[in-house]
Amino acid sequence: MAKVFIYPATSLILSDLVSRHGHTPLSSAVAIRERIQTAGLESPPLQITPEEPKKGLKWAAVEVPAGVRGRMALYGPMIGECEAAIIINDADLAFGCMGCARTNELIKFLLRQKDIPKLDLNYPKNEDEGVKFVAAIKRFLDGLGGAK
Amino acid sequence: MTEYTPVHVGTVTKYIVVESFEITPADLAIRGYEVSNGAMIKETCFGLVVSGKPDEVDRIVEEVRKVDPDHIFVKDRGFPPGDPRRCRANLGGARPGYHGMEFEMTVIPYVSHGLEELKKQNAATVPAPANPLAHESLDITSLQKLIDAQES
Repeated sequence: MAKVFIYPATSLILSDLVSRHGHTPLSSAVAIRERIQTAGLESPPLQITPEEPKKGLKWAAVEVPAGVRGRMALYGPMIGECEAAIIINDADLAFGCMGCARTNELIKFLLRQKDIPKLDLNYPKNEDEGVKFVAAIKRFLDGLGGAK
Repeated sequence: MTEYTPVHVGTVTKYIVVESFEITPADLAIRGYEVSNGAMIKETCFGLVVSGKPDEVDRIVEEVRKVDPDHIFVKDRGFPPGDPRRCRANLGGARPGYHGMEFEMTVIPYVSHGLEELKKQNAATVPAPANPLAHESLDITSLQKLIDAQES
């Protein structure tokens, strides 16, 4: 059972297809759940404390906005532990301000730097593309081996 | 700063999203309650939110998915149902994160079709989708057309 990083990290489709084929999707919900279930100082809504931008220094330099470093404290460890990645390149839903947009660029850069199996796709725009999309993901995940 | 004491520690929460012409969230909720053994199940406009111990939630998801496997999609959620930091009953407007799901709901019918088709055919025989990273160079015919259009 491989740990597969999905981009966009909130994607319902990727999260479902990865778990459907017996692997573990690494999504932002898992990182958020870990924080909101850990006792500490109250920092609503996401329990992101001033410690997170400090942890983010591992992936982004100190002059990079704190929004990027704070987000990297969520995604960085997951990129570190992932064994494969599926990236959707035309995800309009992953737009955002300086923090989100630059974090997304950094996530994709780090994934491309890492020596792991990667699958690059676009969202399907019709039924034929839907079949190709699902088949490509199935072939990729079956190729990883160790499915539950 | 105030001390933070988490609630529902050790639980997982999952969204069960249904996109079907035959099944409604109410049908899924009934099935969920039938098989549930202590998990919290909330019916929503798009499906269910199930929260509880990981094994129990996985079992409910597995059972509920059997109702319509190609049209039911599942993903993790960080917050438990009704959490005041996320629930729109307290905040107003759409829940943060709903817009992403709303966008993907426009694509999900194609994915459902793909799942149905792959039951009839082998995935290995389906051609690969276009590579989004491939740089498509301008072919000579198109270039000639552009030059002609400029000159005329």
